[in-house]
Parts: sequence; C-alpha cells; structure tokens
Amino acid sequence: MSKALDWIKRHMLLAVTLLILLFLVAPNLVMLVFSFNQPPNKYNYIWNKFSTNAWQHPCASSDMCSSIKLSVVIAVIATIGATILGTMVAFAMMRHRFKARSALNVLLFLPMAAPEVTMGMTLVTFFYNTIGSGSLGFWTIVIAHIMFSLSYVVVTVKARLAGMDPTLEKAAADLYATPLQTFRRVTLPLVLPGILAAALLAFALSIDDYIITVLTAGNEVTFPMYVYASFQHSVPAQIDVIGSAMLLVTLAGIVFAQVPQIIRTRRA
Amino acid sequence: MTAATEQLAPSAPAVEEHRAKRNLLPYFLLAPGVLWLVIFFLIPIITAVSASVQTGSLDEGFSLTWRWANYSDMFSTYNAEIVHSMIYSVACTVLCLALGYPLAYFIAFRGGRWKNLLMALVIAPAFTSFLIRTIAWETILADHGWVTRALVDTKVTDVMVNLGLLTNNHQLLNTPFSVVFGMVYNFLPFTVLPLYTSLEKIDPRLHEAGADLYGSGYKTWRYVTWPLSLPGVIAGTLLTFIPAVGDYINAYMLGSPNTQVIGQVIENEALRDQFGYPIASAMGVVLTAGTLLVVMLYVKKAGTEDLL
Amino acid sequence: MTNLDAGGDLRLVGLTKRFGAFTAVDDLDLTIPQGSFFALLGASGCGKTTTLRMVSGLEDPTAGRIYLGDADVTDTKPYKRPVNTVFQNYALFPHLDIFENVAFGLRRRGVKDVKKAVEDILALVELGHLAKRKPTQLSGGQQQRVAVARALINQPQVLLLDEPLGALDLKLRRQMQIELKRIQTEVGLTFVHVTHDQEEAMTMADTIAVMNAGGIEQMGSPEELYENPATTFVANFLGQSNLVAGSITGKDGDTVTVEAHGSRIVLPAARSRVESGAAIIGVRPEKVHLVHGGQDAPAGRNVFTGGVVTDASFIGVSTQYLVKMPWGEELAVFEQNTGQEIFRPGSEVSLHWDPSQTFGLDGSQDIEAGAEIDDEAAS
Repeated sequence: MSKALDWIKRHMLLAVTLLILLFLVAPNLVMLVFSFNQPPNKYNYIWNKFSTNAWQHPCASSDMCSSIKLSVVIAVIATIGATILGTMVAFAMMRHRFKARSALNVLLFLPMAAPEVTMGMTLVTFFYNTIGSGSLGFWTIVIAHIMFSLSYVVVTVKARLAGMDPTLEKAAADLYATPLQTFRRVTLPLVLPGILAAALLAFALSIDDYIITVLTAGNEVTFPMYVYASFQHSVPAQIDVIGSAMLLVTLAGIVFAQVPQIIRTRRA
Repeated sequence: MTAATEQLAPSAPAVEEHRAKRNLLPYFLLAPGVLWLVIFFLIPIITAVSASVQTGSLDEGFSLTWRWANYSDMFSTYNAEIVHSMIYSVACTVLCLALGYPLAYFIAFRGGRWKNLLMALVIAPAFTSFLIRTIAWETILADHGWVTRALVDTKVTDVMVNLGLLTNNHQLLNTPFSVVFGMVYNFLPFTVLPLYTSLEKIDPRLHEAGADLYGSGYKTWRYVTWPLSLPGVIAGTLLTFIPAVGDYINAYMLGSPNTQVIGQVIENEALRDQFGYPIASAMGVVLTAGTLLVVMLYVKKAGTEDLL
Repeated sequence: MTNLDAGGDLRLVGLTKRFGAFTAVDDLDLTIPQGSFFALLGASGCGKTTTLRMVSGLEDPTAGRIYLGDADVTDTKPYKRPVNTVFQNYALFPHLDIFENVAFGLRRRGVKDVKKAVEDILALVELGHLAKRKPTQLSGGQQQRVAVARALINQPQVLLLDEPLGALDLKLRRQMQIELKRIQTEVGLTFVHVTHDQEEAMTMADTIAVMNAGGIEQMGSPEELYENPATTFVANFLGQSNLVAGSITGKDGDTVTVEAHGSRIVLPAARSRVESGAAIIGVRPEKVHLVHGGQDAPAGRNVFTGGVVTDASFIGVSTQYLVKMPWGEELAVFEQNTGQEIFRPGSEVSLHWDPSQTFGLDGSQDIEAGAEIDDEAAS
C-alpha cells in the first residue's frame, strides 16, 4: 500500500512540474501557432485559417519594424554601457577591500527590487527638473536602461568571479606577471563567460522593457511600446511572428551555448 | 625571540613598521557604476519626496507648497486601486511560491542531467517579449475559447464567481482572476530562480541523513530541506512581491476598469493628468518607502551579503 | 626584468605580521643557507604559511626585512622577485594546457623560445606525454608535479612549497617526498617547504625550524631536533616524548643530576638546557626498556620503578606500552619486537634507559605543549 502511495508521491511531483512547465510554455506555443493565422479581424485572437502571410511580410506595418530597430539599437548601447560599468563594480567588490560595502550592497539591490513604475516616474521627474521635458528621447531611454541593468550585470559577474580560484591570480603574480598581465592572461579569460552572460541578460532586459521606457521615451517608440499601444486597436499576426522569432532565437542561443560543453565532455 | 636562533645579521637596519598601503583602485572601479546609480536612481527617488509635496500643473510649473495632503488624498482617492495592488501582489506571491517551490525542488533534486535544460525552459519564455506573451493569454482565455467554454460547461466558473475571482460566470478575462493569473505567469521565473539556486546548493546527502532520522519524506522536507531553502524562499518572495506591487501591465491587458492598480494610477497621473505629478510622486514615494522597509527588515535578519 | 643573479642565503630579519590584534609572525629572525632543503614545521595557525607568503611577496610584512643574498627584497613586488611558489592547491591555470602552464613564467619574463626548457622540465617530472592536456584532465599527483615544474623552470633563487603534498594519498605522498628530495639535490636550488607533517619534514629536509605561535622554537637538523629537543613543544610535537618534572640537585663536571619523584636521574650537561632549579627530563619511548618489577635494571642506567603496564599494543615492528607510574603520569615505552617477552597489562615493571639519551628542559615550560595536535601529526 505504501509502495503505491510512494509511486503517487514520486510522480505527483513530476506531474505538477510538467503542468507548471506547460503553463509557462503555453503562451509561446499559442504565439507560434497564431503566427500562422490569418486574423479574421483586427485582432489575432481567433483561429481563422492557416497562412504564412505574416512570416512572409513581417514588416507589413512599417511602424513595427522601425520600433524593433530602435529597440535593438538601444539594447546594444545599453548593454555595452551596463556591462562595462557593472563588470568594474563586480571586480571591485570581489577583489578589493573598501569601505561602505553594506551600503553598496543595498544600493545595488534596490534597482532590482524597486517597482519599475517608481523608478521610471522619479527618473522622469529628475529629467524634467534638470534637462527639461523636451529632451526626453533616445538617450534618456538608454540612461534608464543602463541604470536598471547595472545591478543584474554585477550579480552575474560577481557569481562568476566567486567561482574562480583566487589563488590563480596570486600564482600568476608569483610567476612574474604584472597586474596587467595577470588580468589579461588569467582573470579575463576565466571571467569572460560570466561577462558574456551578463551582457546577454542586460540585452534581454533592455529589449523587453516597457514601464520605464514608456515614461522616459518622449516621442520615441520602442517595440514593447508599439505592442502595448497596438493592443488598444489591433493585434496583427506579425506580432506573434516577432514573438516566435524571439523565442526561436533564444532557444537557438541556449542550444549553441551548450555545444562547447557537449564537445568538451565528449572529448574527455 | 627564541633562544635557539642566533642568526641576527650584524648590519641589520632598525626594523621599522611598514604602513599598510592605501589602495585607491577599487574606488576608481566603483565610481562610474555607483555614480550612475546615485544620479539616475537614488537622487530621482529623493527628488520624488520633494515633488510629492508640491502643487501646480505642467503648464504653470510646480512649486514646493508642502502639501502633505497629497498623501491623504492619495489614500482616499485611490483607495480601491491600492487595495487591488496589495491583494493581487500578495496572491501572486503566494501562488508563485506554491507553484515555484515544487518546480524548483523537482529540477534541483530530480533533474539530474536535465537540470540546466529545464531551468532554461523556465527562463527562456521570459526572454521573449512579455507583452506579447500576455497578449497570448488573451487568446487562451478568450471568452469563446475552449478553455473558457470548458470551465463554463463544468460549472467551475460558478464556483469561481462565488469566490470573488470572476465577475460573471462566462468570462475569464477582465477579472481579478485573469490579472493574478497573468501576474503569476510573468513572475514565476523570478521566484523559481532564487529558489532553485538555494535548493541546488543543498547537499543531497542531507536528505539521506534526514530520511535516516525522520523516516517520512514530509518530515525530512519540513526539518531539513525547508530551513535550508529559506534564504532562497525569502529572496524569491522579495523579488516577486516588490515588483508585483508596482506592475500594471497584467492589470491593463488582462483586467478591466474594476481591477485597476496603483501602477496604472501613477502612470495616468504622471503622464496624462496636468495636475497629477505631485500625487503620482506621493504614490511613488509610498511604494519605494514600502520597498525599502521590506528590504531593511530582510537585511536586519540576514545581512547584506546574501542580497546579491 | 627580474633580479636573477646567482647566490645568496635567504635572510629574514625581525619579520613580523599582524592582522589587527592577532600576531601571526612575531619578530622572526632566520637564515636559510643557499642550496639547502629547509622545512618550516608547525601546526596550523603557527605562522608558517604567513611567513612563506611574505617571502614570496604575496603578503606584506608589518615590520622587518627580507634579504636574498645582499638584496633587500622586502618592498619588491612578487612578480619581480626571483622566488616561486608551489601552492597547496596547485593553482594550475585551468584555461591553459600543461605546456602553457609550465611556460607561463618564462613567457611573462619575455623569453621567446620556451619549447626546449619546457620539454626538459616536463621530462624531469616525467610528464612529457601530457603536455597538451588541460589540468582538469590530470590526476592529483600529476597536477602536483606540473605545479613543481611550473615553478622550477624559472630557476628561482628560492623555491617555496606550501604544504604541496597535503592532498595526496599516503603512497603517493611518500613517492613525491622522495621525488622532491631528488629534484632538489639535482638542481641545487634552495627549497623552503612548509608543512605540519613532521615525518615529511624529517624525511625531506636538511634543516627544520619548528614554529609555534609566530616564532621559532628550535632549528636544526632532523637528528638534532629529534634526539635533543630544546623545548617541551618540540619534544612533544616531533614524535613522542616522556617528560617528567623534577629539580636539579647538582652539576658535576659534565654530568647533571636531577631528582624526579624519588628517582635519581643523570644526564650529560651538554644535553641539559638548564643548570639549576626546576627541570623537566625527557626520554624518547623507543630508548626505554622494561624489566619486571622485582628485577634490577642493568647498571649505569636511569631507572623509574613502580610502574604498572596499562596498555600493550602489538604494532608488528614494535610493542607500544603505556605504563602508569606511582605519581600518576603515564609513560610510553616502545620495545622493538626482537623476540623478548611481552609484558601484559597489569604487570609491575621498572623502566630503564641509557643516561646519554636523556635530555633536560627548562622546568618552567608547559609540559603538555605541542602534545595535543594529533590530527595533524603523521602516523
């Protein structure tokens, strides 16, 4: 009897897990399916008939594609900025001693936990009072994106540094490497995966941000803003195309990231 | 000095104390990042405090009138929205924990070789525009979609109406239910990730020891796993609840005018209402102060090193 | 470039390191002769590793100076010192293969053609066939040898070894001890080896310095330290000793007489650290023999009577006895198993030994010092 109970208990966890995973993946599947739909009206909520039209003409709405372009450009710049600043902070935290470490921890944690709407709104107030409301636009968006991605970069790089044997840098110094050489030859190669992961994270955060962006955007329209606005009057199938494309790219990226690992284990 | 060593060099200089060298490098490394956050995060939040007691309009400009009534106005005017925000985010956090814990547990302890892949499956959807995914829920939960029809036919919706989750028994959308549903969907990865990190660090041999001591799986979990996973639980809760309070995308897309939350109010007041700035600032201040309070409580208990 | 000119003893003068209120190394004076295999022996926390790190430059002294020959290197950066370290956890660069790991120091110094030097040193440690592997693909013992090769190839004036054999199993450790000794003899460099394993120190080193609480208790050859310890710490830390408190009753030429618990003990004056007053006499368990309580000990020996055997452990090579004396102390006796009878527990026995094997220590010292560190001491 208890064996049966055990079976249920064991597989209940599995069942629950699968259900939850399904829950997480469902919208993506729906997105994928409906990207092949020909919407019956302005909204792509009901299945009409199969059509590859949306995939063939992804930029049917030119506004959408220009918003995508804008989002990508912003994301690239913000990623570079956040990665550089965040990596520097992570190094300082993990390899050096300095005062006010606790205050720094809190300062870095808050942007991750603070409500986006507050950060955006207060930032806009700040911009109003300093550079005037007319200058809201591309650069204010970039500034905001770097601001909220920074902490995530720090966390990611810190984690990678923590996993690195600190003796290695001492060994390098012992073997005649100047601090610069140590950084270039030992530290950097070993931290690089963490820095790349952090950059990826910053990119993802930037490209998908809505709340802070809409507040600091002025007249610019990023892709999330386009989606949000279009929600009011029409949801073309192209939106599902873009969403599915993003998913496929992400999945491809994950698979690619595993490849070196797989090769390594095969070879060893 | 011990008796056995007589090795003093005859011409030894006086052994003076070396001063510890002051290393300025960390400060140079920290400066840009810290300055960025101070200027674009900290100062704005502080200015919001002053903005919250101002009056005026976008046309005429705002002046510091110390109108503390902004705060009481906020509570009286937007009482409903504040309540909504609290209820939805608490519900969302609890549900995320209830769903996220088993998920994280399963991946951490039963995942084996598939651990990384499964976690990727949890995180990956989050990398594709969450707006679009939320719209996708519109499709799934649509009024005449099969999900809704199935629940109506099985009378489940009647039960849900009685529980206050739905407003009528044939609509899943535009209800508190759909809002919380969407929130749980969007915030689940935020809960799962810290939970998984914490659980993954637990030595599986502790489970064996627990099974040895307690016998039952539940007791082992309750007395061994749960306490050890607590830091992850708290981190996950913080990272879910706090953003959830300010979130309004789900309320906007999946809700109705009756499910408005603070976030929407702030955006409205700030962007669309001429006179709204001070009151929007007041709400922002309250939100942030609340966040800070919660974080400080956590820090008092657990210190700051675990924050990041 | 680095200062690699020949020669010079390593001299530490008044070397001190404080971490806040804690003094790790206390006013250390030490000269390590060039070309010797020197061991810094002590329990964890005694300051030996800190001393090593100061010599390598990875730790700044609070006070004192370090000389390599005539050069004062105290303020020289670690990457400019002709000193290399073999780290406890090897610290091999995981992203470089063995060849590049070993060549690292040469490359940083600007040496262009490293191939021959690397191949030679890998041959010395018998790892030539693994040059293209990554460190994670090697066993512990192999990694250890790579670490040694990586340091040696730079022909430093001093090679520092920080408990390098700790992570190896017993058999491998023994093997590596002999290997390292062989390499040192072959290349003739100064090796400074830090360890808590006294057997390791005695096997490998020409000179041992026993460290305790930031200072040196005694320094000398393994024989000197073992046969004639200067302090109770050394007597207890290095092997085992029987220490008995007593007081000096007289000094007659080159003999000192001590009265201990009613017995009259004599020892050579040269082996006594004090001339009068309270003294602690000591003798190694393997120097002591047992006779039945009723019998007389051979003439001319130091004798303790009235002992009762409380434990007799047959080890194979020897039988190790614990004998409880009338004053409560338990003394250890190791009798080699040459076929004589075994004394059962409960037997009444007398202990006797050759007076010239006795050593005398200052009576004011802690008789237990250095004794309780058994999880660190080998066998």
